[in-house]
Amino acid sequence: MTDQEILAIFTRILRDLLADDAISLDMATTRADVPGWDSFIYVTFIAAAEMQLGIRFRVADVESFAKVGDIVAGAHKLLTK
Amino acid sequence: MPPAMSTMAWLPSPPDFRRALKSALENGRIEERVEALVALAQFRLDFVETIQLDSALARTLAVFPSATSSAKMPRIRLGLLASATVDHLLPAVRVAALRRRMLIDPYVGGFGQYRAELLEPASGLRRFAPDVILFSLGWRDFLGGVPLAATADEAHRAVANAMAELRTLWRQARESLHALVIQQSFLDVTEPLFGSYELSVSGSPASLVSRLNMQLAEAVAGEGGLLLDIARASARDGLGTWFDIARWLQAKIEVAPQAAPLYGELVARLLAAQRGQSRKCLVLDLDNTLWGGVVGDVGLEGIVLGEGSAAGEAHLALQRYARSLAERGIILAVCSKNESGIVEEAFRDHPEMLLRRSDIAAFLVNWQDKAENLRTIAQRLNIGLDSLVFIDDNPAERARVRESLPMVAVPELPDDPAHYVRCIADAGYFEAVSFTNEDRQRVEQYAANSEREALRDTMQSMDDFLRSLDMSVEYGPVSALDVPRVTQLINKTNQFNTTTRRFSSEEISAFASDPRNIALQFRLLDRFGDNGLVSVMLLSGRMDDPAVLEVVNWVMSCRVFGRQLEDEALNIAVEAARAKGFGQLRAELITTKKNAVIRDLFAGLGFAPAGASGAADTTHWSLDLRGHEPRPTFIHRGASA
Repeated sequence: MTDQEILAIFTRILRDLLADDAISLDMATTRADVPGWDSFIYVTFIAAAEMQLGIRFRVADVESFAKVGDIVAGAHKLLTK
Repeated sequence: MPPAMSTMAWLPSPPDFRRALKSALENGRIEERVEALVALAQFRLDFVETIQLDSALARTLAVFPSATSSAKMPRIRLGLLASATVDHLLPAVRVAALRRRMLIDPYVGGFGQYRAELLEPASGLRRFAPDVILFSLGWRDFLGGVPLAATADEAHRAVANAMAELRTLWRQARESLHALVIQQSFLDVTEPLFGSYELSVSGSPASLVSRLNMQLAEAVAGEGGLLLDIARASARDGLGTWFDIARWLQAKIEVAPQAAPLYGELVARLLAAQRGQSRKCLVLDLDNTLWGGVVGDVGLEGIVLGEGSAAGEAHLALQRYARSLAERGIILAVCSKNESGIVEEAFRDHPEMLLRRSDIAAFLVNWQDKAENLRTIAQRLNIGLDSLVFIDDNPAERARVRESLPMVAVPELPDDPAHYVRCIADAGYFEAVSFTNEDRQRVEQYAANSEREALRDTMQSMDDFLRSLDMSVEYGPVSALDVPRVTQLINKTNQFNTTTRRFSSEEISAFASDPRNIALQFRLLDRFGDNGLVSVMLLSGRMDDPAVLEVVNWVMSCRVFGRQLEDEALNIAVEAARAKGFGQLRAELITTKKNAVIRDLFAGLGFAPAGASGAADTTHWSLDLRGHEPRPTFIHRGASA
């Protein structure tokens, strides 16, 4: 799976969770850039991403992701393991 | 492997969820939009889809606040008191409620603040005024301080103290907030320290949780509450599906998001059961469902059923489960495209058939459309179509029934009949909040009913039929022993129910013991047997006019409609009212979607219209007791308590 494909999946998940199809993510997006993407929605987002991609992030990594690009890179690493 | 319970595989998968949701939201007609959302709730949705549907519902209700009254959906105010994060469970609870045409207005108490929420006079929970309070607590709140080295005595005392504390919380909820209590069992999220020796150590966390859970069912029932047994439900799939340590660490989430849709489903089942909305009848297809093979093709000897073959035992297991459900009070029916002759023969002569023809209350074996036959079954049994569960191995028949009768529950069966029972059990159609003597006897009563019907067919007139039944009524005030059945009858009865006011068992006890009130219960007996406690009338003296006795609610089981019990019950009520010096009976009739059968009840019984009130769905009636003549019936008076 390419990083762009992962990004598309993440975008879809966040749009679904926040009921907002106008949301658009890129690698540099941070949580603060997206209204409503609070810490609770973040955990829900991680759970949904894990379910759809069939991966499990490390708890420490989830805490340290700063930008969407970090989450994509983290997912990429787990998918190619 | 059978599908895990948490996947809710008995619900069909949605064709294209996103598109369906979008088109529902684009519908400008409010009734149609709400119906489209209800329809979407019938599908199998993961937790993200559940959140999407819930937010679509929330947006719809925000724009059209009147949507729910036009859709005739009850709104339930649910307070959640939790010591873990539960916000992600709310969408699941609301969607599962929507699946049953109920709407939930939730309030989530402050994290871990349940004592303050209950006790403080100005708390958010108190201002919210919940109908129901759900306690979703962790075992550590109550037993976290017990040392591993605790003696058996110390450990038992700690559990007893925990139960006492819980009881105090429930009483607070019930007595000062007047809410129905739902207590969730404690998830055993402890890690083993000793292995198989775990439960031999009284102070081990697993021992404490297990002891607490064991006492919970009885304790909560004793306080008039209900148990939400997620500990048992989680054992169906294993704790791993329900609890995810990563989520706990990340957000103090105890019930994992993946399990949220099932959690919501379990809550909604309980709420629906409490309102008398659980299903009542299991309708079974025959070929490749109750037995293997097509009996019309392979003959009696050719069908696969019974010991000796694994597949035959699988079909037998379904029969056994159906029989157990019947013993629980669930009505059985058959709906099959077949020649009735050979099917009767199979029931009568096949040595491995466990179900007998007499176990089946409605038997529709013909070549008609199954949706039509299901309508007939509901009519004959005098229950709503939304009381039926239809089991059929054929996906085309299932789809056809779902399309024409969306209110009938039609589970997606797994491919292998070996898993049929598990699928039906997991789907939880028959959720119960009590098990009464009437439930235990229902099988015989329905069998007797078919004998009654056979008799009616041979009679020239209705009067001849009623006379030949040799009916008698046993009646009396509602006693403490009657309370469970009386509560169940009032809350389960939707058709003959004059006001659809629902009561908890405490409220019934309190009502019956108030000297201003008269609470009457009636049993109907006839030559075929005892129909059980089939009618309840709650009468209350009016504060504003001491001569007037008000019919607060009157319910009657559909099994005895049209047998003149309504006339005889009124005769008895009139006598009781006169004995207490009342001069007039007043009643109101609140029409619902389901009680059309009694639209003309009071007029038919000789009541006069008594003015109108604001509510369009309510009519008012009065009966002057002076000069009122008893209504003639064929019912004798039996023992009166």
